[in-house]
Order: sequence, then C-alpha cells, then structure tokens
Amino acid sequence: MNWQAFVLTLELALATSIVLIVIALPLGYWLAFSKWRWKFLAEAVFALPLVLPPTVLGFYVLVALGPRSPVGRWYESIFGGRLVFTFEGLVAASVLYSLPFAVQPIVAAFGSVDRKFIEASWLLGVSDWRTFWRVIVPLSWAGIVTGVVLSFAHTLGEFGVVLMVGGGIPGVTQTVSIDIYDKVQSLDFSGAAVTSAVLLITSFVILSIVYGLNRKVWFFAADRRH
Amino acid sequence: MLLIADIDKKFEGGPRVEASLRIASGASVTVLFGASGAGKTTILRCIAGLERLTAGRVVFDGETWADTKTGVNLAPQKRPVGFLFQDYALFPHLRVNENIGYGVRRLPEAERTSRINKVAGMLQIDNLLSRRPAELSGGEQQRVALARALARGPRMLLLDEPLSALDAPTRERVRTELAQLLRKLDMPAIVVTHDWVDALTLGDDMVVISGGKVLQTGPPHVVFTQPQHTEVAAAVGVETVVAGRIQRRESGLAVLQVGAAELSAADPGGAQENFYVCIRGEDVTLETGRAGQSSARNHLRGVVADLVPAGVLTKVIVDVGFNLTALVTRQAISDLGLARGTEVYAAFKASAVHLFPQP
Repeated sequence: MNWQAFVLTLELALATSIVLIVIALPLGYWLAFSKWRWKFLAEAVFALPLVLPPTVLGFYVLVALGPRSPVGRWYESIFGGRLVFTFEGLVAASVLYSLPFAVQPIVAAFGSVDRKFIEASWLLGVSDWRTFWRVIVPLSWAGIVTGVVLSFAHTLGEFGVVLMVGGGIPGVTQTVSIDIYDKVQSLDFSGAAVTSAVLLITSFVILSIVYGLNRKVWFFAADRRH
Repeated sequence: MLLIADIDKKFEGGPRVEASLRIASGASVTVLFGASGAGKTTILRCIAGLERLTAGRVVFDGETWADTKTGVNLAPQKRPVGFLFQDYALFPHLRVNENIGYGVRRLPEAERTSRINKVAGMLQIDNLLSRRPAELSGGEQQRVALARALARGPRMLLLDEPLSALDAPTRERVRTELAQLLRKLDMPAIVVTHDWVDALTLGDDMVVISGGKVLQTGPPHVVFTQPQHTEVAAAVGVETVVAGRIQRRESGLAVLQVGAAELSAADPGGAQENFYVCIRGEDVTLETGRAGQSSARNHLRGVVADLVPAGVLTKVIVDVGFNLTALVTRQAISDLGLARGTEVYAAFKASAVHLFPQP
C-alpha cells in the first residue's frame, strides 16, 4: 500500500472540495436564480467536464497552465513557480474536472427552495445577501453537502486529468489511481488489489453518506414534507 | 389618501391586471374580492414590491414606492408592509421564536426578545415559542405568521387568502379571531379573498376584481346587496342569475316572466324589457305550506332539485319554473324535512330581486 499516494490523494480531494465550495455557492446561486436569456450556454459550459474525455480536459488544462500560456506566465510572475507538474496545478485541474459534481446538486437544491420563503424574507426587510445565508443555504444544506462530498469522491478517483497535468511524480502528483496504474504496469497485482480495495471502500462510504443525507430522515427534512 | 395604487401588470404571454385602488387614511380593512385567477394576488404582490409594474404607480402616505414614469421601484425590503402568505411560509428550519424574530435580528438582544414576547402575547402563542412550524396546527401557523409580520412594526398589513389554507371548522374560528385582531391592531389592511363570508366578516370596504379589472367598490353589504353588474353579481356569489322579461309594470312594481314563473321586482324604470334577474340565496325563505299574509311579494311553488352544502349553510336549489337558489341553515333543512323532490314555497321580497339590463 502506497500511503504517500493515498495521503496525497486525500489532500488533493480536500483542497479541491474547499476551493469548489467557494466557487460553487455563488455560481450555483447565479445558475439557479439568474434570468439571463443565454444562461443555458453557461449551464452547458459548466456541465462539459461531465462528458469530455479526461484526456481532452487534461490537454487543455496542460496547455492553459503551461509556462507559455497567459495563465501560466501570470502564475509564474506572482508565485515564481510553474503550475504544471505541481500539486497546485493538480488542484486547479481537479477543480475544473469536478466542478459539475459540486455545482449541479447545489443548483438543484437552490432551485427547489420554495420561492415564498425567499419572498417572505425580503418582506421582513432582509437583504438578498442575508436571505441567501439565513434561508437559502440552510434549506439547501443536503444539496450543498452532497455537492462537496461528490466532488471530493470524484477527485479521489480521477486519473486522466491528473496524469496529463501532474505526470505522476511520487509525493508530488502521484495519486492513488496513478499508483494503481503504475503497479499494474509493473505486474504488482496484489499491490494494485489492496489499493483498489481501499479506494472502493472509501468511495462506497462516501456515497453512502450522500444517499443517507438525501433520505430525509433528519428533523429538518422531515419539516419540509409538510 | 393613504394608498394610491394604479396598477398595470402584464405577464409575458399571460393575463393582464389593470386596477386602481384608493384607500383612505385610517385603520380600515379593504377586501380584494374575486374568483381565483382574477388578479387579486397580483395586485397585492405589486403593492408589496414582489412584482414590478408594467405601468402605473404605488404611493403610500405620500411616499412613492413605485412609479414607472420616474423609474422608482422600491425593493420589498424597503416597503414597511406586513405580508401574510396564503400558506404562511413559516421558515421550516427555524423555531417559532426565531421565525417571529427573523425580521428584527438587527435589534439589540433585549429589545428583540421583548418585541417577540409582546407580539406573541398579543396573538396568544407564548406557549409555542420553542416549537417548529411542522409541529403547529394551521390556525397556530397563521398566528405565528401574523406575529412575524407584526414584529417588524409594519404600517400596513397585506393578507393573501389568510383563511384558505385552513380546514372548514378551523376557518370559522380563525376568521372570528382575525376579525377581532384586525380591529384591535388599528392598522390599515388589505385582505385578498374569494370567500364572501370573509368579505362580510373582515371588510370595511370591498373591491370586486374580475378578469384583472375592478368591477365595483363599496362597503361589503352594499356590494353584496346591490351588485351593479352581472359580473359583480356572479363574482360576489349572488346565487341566482337568470334571464327575464318584463311582462307589465304596475304601481312601482315590474312583473317579470322568468322561465315558467312570474315574479315581482321593483320597477327599474326605462323602456328596457330584457333583464338579468339576480337573487341572493340569503334573501330567499323556504316554506313547506302556503304561508299566510307576508310582506314578501313573491311566493313561488316549486320542487327541491338539489341540496349543496356551502360551509355552515346549505344551498337549496328549487325548481320554481327556473332554478332558484336559497341559502338556509342545516337546522332549517331538518326542521322542514327538505330533500330532493320535496314541494316547497320560495318566498322573497320584490326588493330582493336585482335587475340588470341585458345588453
């Protein structure tokens, strides 16, 4: 068992989820409530990572983050280092890759908040911003947790993007899925089996949490049945 | 004028609501009355700022809340109204005291608590403060929602179908409580309802809305007894509206042929002969035997065609040559032994017959 890769993967998934929650809450709010007529185009763009082959996404991210791209140069001028083949580069790629997994449950949850609660809040003199935190977020918490957990789980298992952008450097960018691939390549089937089992069990536990959350057995969800 | 609302709201591909409302200063309760889909709730939402006017203005106590000419459109947060939603819209994740205190969270702790306790005391929900909305009955939810609206100290109450979410027995009780509360509050209120009992019980003034337009305005009893329009008569639930033709006129009375029956009404004057005949169900008395002398000019013999429960009352449809609806108590039905096929006399005064010229 390659614990270094395992810990690295967890760190990557955690960092990705944290960045994603910061991005997905405002983006989800906009996608759920904006009346912009071209919004469907934005929805399609943000859903792209669901259907694109990870290598395609990885290729574009590699080019976009590379030292010759504006993003790469900008990053280098500020932080003095490169994004590709680093942990930070992996986080950036993973954020793009897992974005729909965080955004879509949040959009669905925001969209299912009954509009009368939002209007009731306005009519009690409470601003949009505070209404968001005091009404929309609490009534969407199962969707928000689902988004965070799904993006975490999805990042745990990513392979193509990580390989393209990270290159599989042990201790820096070699995640569990790449470790498994490397083990199989070197015919270490028992090692690959153990690591695969750990990933399988981890994913199962995480998905169980997601489905458990959405079973609506908690007091709060019970309220909403009325 | 306390409130001037000239509302023109056109929904994309939908209906248009075009109504003017004037509410005089004072603590009067104005009822917006009409069938569902008439546009009552839209008017309320425009006043509250939940809908943007297509054209028109809303001016409250000299302060412009919305005016499409000048582009003024205050956010709902800036309009000091207490709004009661049809199903109350209590925040399901907050306890009763948190719901009531929701709009006054900026106040210092002590003041907020005393504000919550004051409105909770007034609405007699002190014992419910730590409950969650799901643990409340419909009547309790309504009181909590009213407390929440009042806690912020609004200058006007807007109530959207305040009683329609309640079951019938609760509705009777809560209606009485609401009427008492509105008197006690000493605050102007607009109540949207489609129920004529609500209108008569709660309203000082009444505005009849149909198809997005104001049809008639006035005190409820005047509107109900003197509808100026067949549409108003139908909208306010005058139970019988039939076509009739004046046969002859004698000593201030007009005798009309309606279906196979003849009836007397006050002579409307003029030369018109074809009218719509409107008779309110409350004005019709049913008798099983031929009554003796009475001041009612009309005694029509007929057969009970149907009995339809209507709240505490029952609509008795009597075929007297046309279908005449009487509104009677359940007690009266059992006392008279009314059932389908029973022979009855329907009595009503000539003055209870309202005539509208047929176009």
